[in-house]
Amino acid sequence: MRNTPATLVGLSALLLVAACGGKTAPEQPTPQSTPTTSDDAAMRRARQDSIDAAARARADAEARAKADAEARARSDASGMRTSLMDAITSKVHFDYDKADIRSDDEAALDRKAAILAANSGLRLKIAGNADERGSDEYNLALGNRRGAAAKRYLTSKGVDAGRLEVVSYGEEKPANPGHDEAAYADNRRDDFEITAGGDGLVQP
Amino acid sequence: MTYTRSALLATLVLAAASPLAAQDSTKTIDQGVRVGITYTPGVRPGLVVIPGPGLDSLRAIVQRDLDFSDRFEMLVLPPTAGLPSDAFRPGLAPPPLNYQLYRTLGASYAVELAAGMGGTLIRLHDVGAGKVLHEATRPFPDQADPGFRLGAHRLSDEIVRWITGTPGIASSRLALVIDRRVWRIDSDGGDITPLTGAGEEALSPAWSPDGRKLAFTLFAGGRGSIVLLDLSGGPRATVPSTNSYLNLTPMFSPDGHTLAFARSSEEGTDIYTADVVQMCCVQRLTVGRYADNLNPTYAPDGRRLAFVSTRAGLPQIYAMASDGTDQELLAPFDYGVTGSSNAPEWSPDGARVVFHREVDRSPQLFLLDVAGGRVRQLTSAGRNEDPTWAPDGRHLAFVSDRSGRRQLWVIDVESGRIRQLNTSGNARLPAWSRRLAGASLTTNP
Repeated sequence: MRNTPATLVGLSALLLVAACGGKTAPEQPTPQSTPTTSDDAAMRRARQDSIDAAARARADAEARAKADAEARARSDASGMRTSLMDAITSKVHFDYDKADIRSDDEAALDRKAAILAANSGLRLKIAGNADERGSDEYNLALGNRRGAAAKRYLTSKGVDAGRLEVVSYGEEKPANPGHDEAAYADNRRDDFEITAGGDGLVQP
Repeated sequence: MTYTRSALLATLVLAAASPLAAQDSTKTIDQGVRVGITYTPGVRPGLVVIPGPGLDSLRAIVQRDLDFSDRFEMLVLPPTAGLPSDAFRPGLAPPPLNYQLYRTLGASYAVELAAGMGGTLIRLHDVGAGKVLHEATRPFPDQADPGFRLGAHRLSDEIVRWITGTPGIASSRLALVIDRRVWRIDSDGGDITPLTGAGEEALSPAWSPDGRKLAFTLFAGGRGSIVLLDLSGGPRATVPSTNSYLNLTPMFSPDGHTLAFARSSEEGTDIYTADVVQMCCVQRLTVGRYADNLNPTYAPDGRRLAFVSTRAGLPQIYAMASDGTDQELLAPFDYGVTGSSNAPEWSPDGARVVFHREVDRSPQLFLLDVAGGRVRQLTSAGRNEDPTWAPDGRHLAFVSDRSGRRQLWVIDVESGRIRQLNTSGNARLPAWSRRLAGASLTTNP
């Protein structure tokens, strides 16, 4: 996600290799058409045939390469879109009974802020959640506080508050159905859901 | 409740030592009884419901209610013991009860129930004094009538009042959440009835003081409104201003006119009140500034509210005047040491506030003595949370996982006696009604 420029460089290199292959491949058959008889007409015909064959081969190869490149470009666009979606919907997690944004989640939120800045139509619902410990009712308020904390972080990075909606599920929608510390850690989270403008996302 | 015959037989040997077979004019007690302790200071008086023909359901409900009042040592007699079917003859003097026998068994009081002409005849004997203390005839609905159980519970409460001067709590009900639906059950766990729809997500039921209405959070998509349910079958109403944001933890004022609740917005969670008679006049009582203030609960005089606030970090129990002024810490805690405290409920006599507080990350019930400012831990086994007061101010219902899953339990704060109310599914967020009177009793929404 953060190494997208590197991915693009790698991809360009691949495209370049494919293009070169398209040029070199058809030249290989030509040495086979060395004249061996005195029949000029036959020789000319044979040469012409091989030239034609080479041209056809070159055309085929070029078409193939072009198709490959287009396919790669398509999959790259969808890969980019997937990575943008992943970045925008990635969860942030919280310590027990806390609603403070942890420092290890700041980069993920910064990335969300950048994507939101680059895609002005994008709107998000932030849903705060709690683990099953603690009071059922208090957990609703705690989830709300967690959602609001992420929203405050994003607005502090310049995102318009009107594009971010905060809801809370308390402990009612666990992401992990377990009952151990690992499950609790998974469940103390904010979920980010795109509510509008999720099509045609562009890179920040 | 079922009584173990073998246990009875075991104690029979003891009872048989006394000349039981000789006395009762009616029947020989052919099985043993638990020998209680007769009326000595500090010990609960022994009470026996005398077995007899017919009225099995009524007798079973009354017997259990009297047991659940935790005010008596219940003596259990086998059903074959007791009085003959003609024990009650209208217009005739009561047949002599063998008081000496019941005294020997440890009974201070004996309750007779019999079908009579004008209804069910109830007779309370003072065994110690050897006389009838109270006698009444009550018309009783048929056993199939929806009012039957509540009628039986009301009778139990009356018997408790005859003996102790204050009525029992059997004629109250609990609302609770199972599988995100609000259900109501009788105080003995019987007659479970859904109050909200199967497709709805309901939380936090709260009774109106007259038992005619129930407020709850209708949760949907991370938001919640506060809905008022008319238990006599009238239309639902949504509390003003609760159609947006997440509104939670409703609680009625003691006069039933005001509903206090909490609202979560991006500025935190704050406590509001609304007039639920005029359905108007929403007021904000707290300004949390990103802190949480929730779970309001009124003192019985209606002048103060206890509530939960995170203003000092972890949630703790605070109080304020009912107009939001004069906010102060209510339940003392050690900053950085004491765990989260939640779910307060002010006792009906105003003297105590019960809440749960985390001890080693497990919630336990605590009692705050409001005048003295001292807290006392009530439970320690498993997770114990969301306590709610019975109308007598000495029983609490709460949720505990001590049996493996979250179930409803009842504790008698004075004796420490604890019992489970069986419910299917995982029980949550119980709310105990006041004693239910009159018309609201038989209605079935």
